[in-house]
Amino acid sequence: MNEEEIYQEHVLDHYEDPYQKGTCPGATHAHEEDNPLCGDVVRMELKIDDEGKIADVWFDGTGCCISLASASMLTEKLHGKSVDEAKAFAADDMLTLFGARLTPNRQKCCLLPWRALQAAMFSPTTDESQK
Amino acid sequence: MATMHFDPATLLADFPILAQEVHPGVSLRYLDNAATTHAPRQVLDSIRDTMERHYANVHRGIHALSEQSTELYENARGKLQAFLGAEHAEEIIFTRGTTESINLVARSWGDANLKPGDEILLTEMEHHANLVPWFQAAERTGATVRCAPITDDGQLDMEAFKSMLTTKTKVVGVVAISNVLGTINPLEEIIATAHAVGSVVIVDGAQQAPHQHVNLAELDTDFYAASGHKMLGPSGIGILYGKRELLQTMPPFLGGGSMIRRVTTEGFEPAELPTRFEAGTPPIVAAIALGVAIDYLKKIDLNAVEEHERTLTVAAQDRLQALGGVRILGPSPDKKVGIVSFVVDGVHAHDIAQRLDSHGIAVRAGHHCTMPLHKRLGVAASSRASFYIYNTQEDVDCLVSAVEDTQRFFRKRK
Ligand SMILES: Cc1ncc(COP(=O)(O)O)c(C=O)c1O
Repeated sequence: MNEEEIYQEHVLDHYEDPYQKGTCPGATHAHEEDNPLCGDVVRMELKIDDEGKIADVWFDGTGCCISLASASMLTEKLHGKSVDEAKAFAADDMLTLFGARLTPNRQKCCLLPWRALQAAMFSPTTDESQK
Repeated sequence: MATMHFDPATLLADFPILAQEVHPGVSLRYLDNAATTHAPRQVLDSIRDTMERHYANVHRGIHALSEQSTELYENARGKLQAFLGAEHAEEIIFTRGTTESINLVARSWGDANLKPGDEILLTEMEHHANLVPWFQAAERTGATVRCAPITDDGQLDMEAFKSMLTTKTKVVGVVAISNVLGTINPLEEIIATAHAVGSVVIVDGAQQAPHQHVNLAELDTDFYAASGHKMLGPSGIGILYGKRELLQTMPPFLGGGSMIRRVTTEGFEPAELPTRFEAGTPPIVAAIALGVAIDYLKKIDLNAVEEHERTLTVAAQDRLQALGGVRILGPSPDKKVGIVSFVVDGVHAHDIAQRLDSHGIAVRAGHHCTMPLHKRLGVAASSRASFYIYNTQEDVDCLVSAVEDTQRFFRKRK
């Protein structure tokens, strides 16, 4: 595959100027995933409201262009969606959202934030009282 | 054997796989030799020739093909014995590679000899292949694994190593040449000091056997492991060397056919060396092909190879460093061989490898099966260029300009 297809403008835009990179104020759910193979780490923090909507979502982490760009795309995509919609957002949907075609090895980079987000929805932060 | 004049550009003609375009109009520049090397035509011909004319199971049939196969297979063992300077042919055990060789020792020698209170002394720069089997052995036997530290420039801290070496130490495991740093470890000193406290030594020679003259009898190591696929051979074949007296006392590792002398319904009697450790049908074709790879290496002067690789290493390091924003891992080129691992400020190793690939350059990106070492160096991942006999100064030129281009690519957008 030609790498120029991977580093498309929209990928680089997300990498350099990510959507909601940082910590989520009043997060109710959070999860961190890593890829020990390349040392990438992505943490997803969500604020899920009483109606089961993702009222806020932020990511943070270190990684390659692919994993950080996909984290940015994912938070942008699911911000304001319902938890049910987010749970239904499958790995294939993530690869489609990413756009650029990826080899199987790089798909792992792309899916790291998605794995973190899927797990985060099942991982309430221990400090429930601050909700 | 007479050695021929060593000229990488001429040798290249023997390696059909290297003469290809990996993307339209982009020629391959293969710099991932520490992961695996490519095979010359002679080795490829051997694989075909064995299968077409001589192939049958070894040590079994009383028929012409089985006799031919057995002879070729045992000849290959003899070639490795001579190449590595082992005293006896039966000290060379064919395995699938370095990983299996180390597992064999950890299982067979380890389980029979280790007990609670004993220590296994390794180093911070070991490949996972020389770490995990020992952690597993420690779990089974109650022994403890310790790792000797490295210095900031990526050499084994010999003072610390010696202070950790005590009469509790039963086995020392050390990599001859680090697959990330390229560091050449002082094996003679390590082996002598380990023997002085009564420890056995296993050397991970995966990155040494392809690049340096090895004389196992002189080296006096107890065990030595290497992989055929890193020295012009096919994958699926490697060797374990063990001193005969030691191997003779060790229980078999895998059980099955070939490794027995006699089986009754009550039990079995293990075979003599080396088949005692070669249960089942071995990788016959691969072993014979590795023998041909050894023939090829013997025609080249390995001292000249080491010198050539050092010249490429110096050039690559100097020029990458001159770009600015590039950190080279490991010691200065006079203390290493053939391997240049580097980190580029602000660009992840994966992105480097991907961009380099678009220039046709194959490098490895990640932790290269050395997670403890990367943690010690304080980097999550690195990119690694590694050289072999067929690499040229032109490959270095391409590498440096592609890294520069990658820096520009990620910088210009900021
Ligand atoms: C230093 C070192 N040890 C062990 C290994 C493992 O070799 P293999 O995968 O052939 O068993 C390698 C190769 O990756 C290596 O570089």
